[in-house]
Amino acid sequence: MRYLPHTEEEIAEMLRAIGLKSLDNLFDTIPSDCLRKEALNLPTPLTEWELDTHMDALASKMAVPPEYKIFLGAGSYHHFIPEAVKQLLLRSEFYTAYTPYQPEISQGTLQAIYEYQTLVASLLGMEVANASMYDGASALAEALLMAIRVTKRKKVAISSLIHPNYRLVVQTYLGAPGFEIVELPALKDGTTDLSSINHPDEYAAVAIQSPNFLGCIEDLEAAGKRIHSDHRTFFIVAFTEPLAYGLLKPPGAFDADIVCGEGQSLGVPQSFGGPGLGMFASKLKYVRRMPGRLVGQTVDKDGKRGFVLTLATREQHIRRERATSNICSNEGLCALASAMYMATLGKTGIRELAALNHDKAEYLKNGLAGAGVSLPFETPTFNEFVARFPAGFKERYHQLIKKKIVAGLDLSPFYPELKDHYLLCATEATTKEDMDTLIKEVVS
Amino acid sequence: MKEQLGTTGLTLNEPLLWEKGREGRIGFSMPKRDIDPAPLDEALVRNGPDFPGLSEVDVVRHYTRLSQWNYGVDSGLYPLGSCTMKYNPKTNERQAALRGFAGAHPLLPDTLSQGILALMFNLEQYLAEITGLPAVTLQPAAGAHGELTGMMIVRAYHIDAGAPRHKILIPDTAHGTNPASSAICGFNPIPVKSNERGVLSPEYIASVMDEDTAGIMITNPNTLGLFEENIKEIADIVHSKGGLVYVDGANMNAMMGIVSMGEIGVDLMHLNLHKTFSTPHGGGGPGAGPVCSRENLAPFLPVPRVEKHEDAYTVSYDYPKSIGKVHAFYGNVGILVRAYSYILSMGQNLKKASQLAVLNANYVKEKLKDTFFLPYDRPCMHECVFTDKYQEAHRVSTLDIAKRLIDYGFHPPTIYFPLVVHGALMIEPTETESKESLDIFIESCKAIAKEAQKNPQLLSEAPTKTKVRRMDETQAARHPHLAG
Amino acid sequence: MKELNELILPEDVRYTDEHEWARQEGDRVRVGITDYAQDQLGDIVYVELPEIGSTFNKGDEFGTVESVKTVSEIYMPVSGEVIAINEELTDHPEYVNTDPYSKGWMIDVKPSDIGEMDTLLDKNAYLKLLEG
Repeated sequence: MRYLPHTEEEIAEMLRAIGLKSLDNLFDTIPSDCLRKEALNLPTPLTEWELDTHMDALASKMAVPPEYKIFLGAGSYHHFIPEAVKQLLLRSEFYTAYTPYQPEISQGTLQAIYEYQTLVASLLGMEVANASMYDGASALAEALLMAIRVTKRKKVAISSLIHPNYRLVVQTYLGAPGFEIVELPALKDGTTDLSSINHPDEYAAVAIQSPNFLGCIEDLEAAGKRIHSDHRTFFIVAFTEPLAYGLLKPPGAFDADIVCGEGQSLGVPQSFGGPGLGMFASKLKYVRRMPGRLVGQTVDKDGKRGFVLTLATREQHIRRERATSNICSNEGLCALASAMYMATLGKTGIRELAALNHDKAEYLKNGLAGAGVSLPFETPTFNEFVARFPAGFKERYHQLIKKKIVAGLDLSPFYPELKDHYLLCATEATTKEDMDTLIKEVVS
Repeated sequence: MKEQLGTTGLTLNEPLLWEKGREGRIGFSMPKRDIDPAPLDEALVRNGPDFPGLSEVDVVRHYTRLSQWNYGVDSGLYPLGSCTMKYNPKTNERQAALRGFAGAHPLLPDTLSQGILALMFNLEQYLAEITGLPAVTLQPAAGAHGELTGMMIVRAYHIDAGAPRHKILIPDTAHGTNPASSAICGFNPIPVKSNERGVLSPEYIASVMDEDTAGIMITNPNTLGLFEENIKEIADIVHSKGGLVYVDGANMNAMMGIVSMGEIGVDLMHLNLHKTFSTPHGGGGPGAGPVCSRENLAPFLPVPRVEKHEDAYTVSYDYPKSIGKVHAFYGNVGILVRAYSYILSMGQNLKKASQLAVLNANYVKEKLKDTFFLPYDRPCMHECVFTDKYQEAHRVSTLDIAKRLIDYGFHPPTIYFPLVVHGALMIEPTETESKESLDIFIESCKAIAKEAQKNPQLLSEAPTKTKVRRMDETQAARHPHLAG
Repeated sequence: MKELNELILPEDVRYTDEHEWARQEGDRVRVGITDYAQDQLGDIVYVELPEIGSTFNKGDEFGTVESVKTVSEIYMPVSGEVIAINEELTDHPEYVNTDPYSKGWMIDVKPSDIGEMDTLLDKNAYLKLLEG
């Protein structure tokens, strides 16, 4: 087997050096009643060529662009990833390396992550960003736990317009230690109703998502003002589509304490939902309470600039049960991918690409409206929006699947009052032709 | 200009991204516009972000240069104990990049996702076979995430039984994520000492186990590289008081086809796909930390679960006792694809892999036991732990030894872990290292030990051959400089 | 690491077995960590201190002191209210290393029971503790 280099002679030589007769003897110290009696019941090993055939067959049983026209966002976005990024990520010095605990031989990873932290902080308008969390959902859960730790308050309020799966993850993370979660309702215009937040000091944090799950851009200025009438309460803004901040004012501009969300849009393949990229940024004054790894700049013995993991005393390997989180491995390679992606786009590029996303979705929106489809929420959106299709659209939806069109996401399983409401997404990868086809098909 | 003369090309000093480039430069192929610009309220629009302007060439050179300062498994032996830095097969990358996998949206209707659902279902079966624990979730995104999931399952189990419990027993040799994960869950971690043999003793466990203890978290083999020989008896003791046995499966690389965790009293465990199952470490992730459990704990696993009905696969959320979700979607599917490819490529050779991993570790242990002090001089599993006791006399520490190994062309072993061994040096070669690779490492260690005696300054000054020397970590922590 | 005879152990403070020192200064008690503690910890990078106005009992944890690779809790030698904290330590945590008994002081306490000072170790008793 090509990953097992030992020849029979070498095995014999090594066993002799240890004073053993056979490989089985290596496990003589294990009590015999602990040893497995039966051989592993696994398929016969495949050659590389058989594996290719097997995997090609599985991959062919997936509906993906360009064969399928998929108007889905909802936390996972189809964006073009430059070949340069894909190939740079294949440099095995990056992907076969471990966490950079030995900085002298990891300056590549360390400088790249420092750059990532800087780009993310700039994108989100915040002072400091960490090296990543698992995904947007766990990043939000960790943000709420951080607010609870700092304020010592045990209740949080989260918008019902945060991604439903994110809310489920928050419930799982906060339920175990017994913290209270209040869900904030929605207004008719598709944004969060914060009117019940009259005493923010009751809460460790109030969290909203923008653009929210309905695609609507929340009024972050009003939210920030209301929540910070108690300056200790954490104003947390989550996101699932960071490309929006290439165009829109970032949450940092509205005095957010923590901004967290999913970075997949920025250079990470969708991959059926994972690996993702949990982006996490906060005000500098909270940095020692932040979860996740941090890379900092320093100098070496000769005064040369270099980078190291720092503020490690927050982390589990030192602080153990009093750590800011249990996180160890994060999404390092995905963070690297997004840094490369942001580097290729640059300031002008990200603005242009974000504007293009916005314009594509507006085209689809207007086209549908023009064809008589109702748009229930008048709030501005970025690249996702809700359309209300005629009653009983479900059947048409399934017919369209047969035509290789996925006409958005049915919202009624998540919000039972939103029957026949569908969440549609258009990105730079969606063509005018595709959108015209969809418009024609949904009303026919 | 931040480029210093004489430092470009292969000598490689590389400025930060924003120290290069020019405003207006772009490295991205902007798609053509086929629709008109649409109005957007100016009040919503920002200036910035303050990203640099770089051409594709700038970006490619930047990251190519950065990569050349990194040591990876592909560079050489990477004997980090408890990390299992085995070779990452390239075919796995080919599979994960297939458009049907990489380009798939997680919220497609089940009928349009049969390929990945089949892969996940089968991967669960394989992991169940390897661990002997039939109920599997692939959702946790890392080992620590798996531990957290496991702890939540333990908590849910006791609440469901009508008797919530508050404590968890955790060995003093445990990885820091163990107490951290249990604390997040609301448990009080109770440390338990290992005995003079370096393993847990049943008498001690019996003395601390009570009906307010939810269970025990055991790493097996433990972080000293030793099989927890009393695990069956300990499991009985924990079970007799109604507790559960959780195994941290980070060291599973010693056990595939050798021990079935489900047969020795384990109730649930997590695996690290980025360790045992060859998926790349990525410079700090992404990994994956599936949890495997007995059937009686299946109701508590995260949702959704992958189900098979005749020949069709679906995902179901219909598990009322589930702990909920720990990940936005199904976990790190891209990593699952790689692990699946590895298992299909290895089949029963997984047992051979474990045997050879243990062979390699014992070989290194025997060859180095006169060079470095071996606190537990008996057969080890896939990793062995030394200390700097012999070198202390020359005022040379484990840290110095590690840094000097860098000058000899290696990534150092794990240092100062586990905490119970003073000055620990934990070596895990893995099975993908050949005998000659190990022999060079062994000779290098011997040479360094000689240097420690004759010329210790070589160690305290090390490394000298790298891009940077030892870093001022004090300054980095005192005055954090975390963004440019 | 320093040898025992190299450690600085002033006469005018009392010591705890967790390596804090306490000095009575009029009606307040000033607290810090000993030369032994700072030497063991190495370069101090951060000191976490309580808010002014917080009250603790003798033996309670009131803060932490961090080096690059470790964190140590610091405990109250006497019960009372924290009436001052050494703000200088935010920018100069190294004072704890260079001047643990003067510039590196941590908190001032208004003691609720000044008699507790007598239960602390004097210099000789502390030295005995370190020797043991």
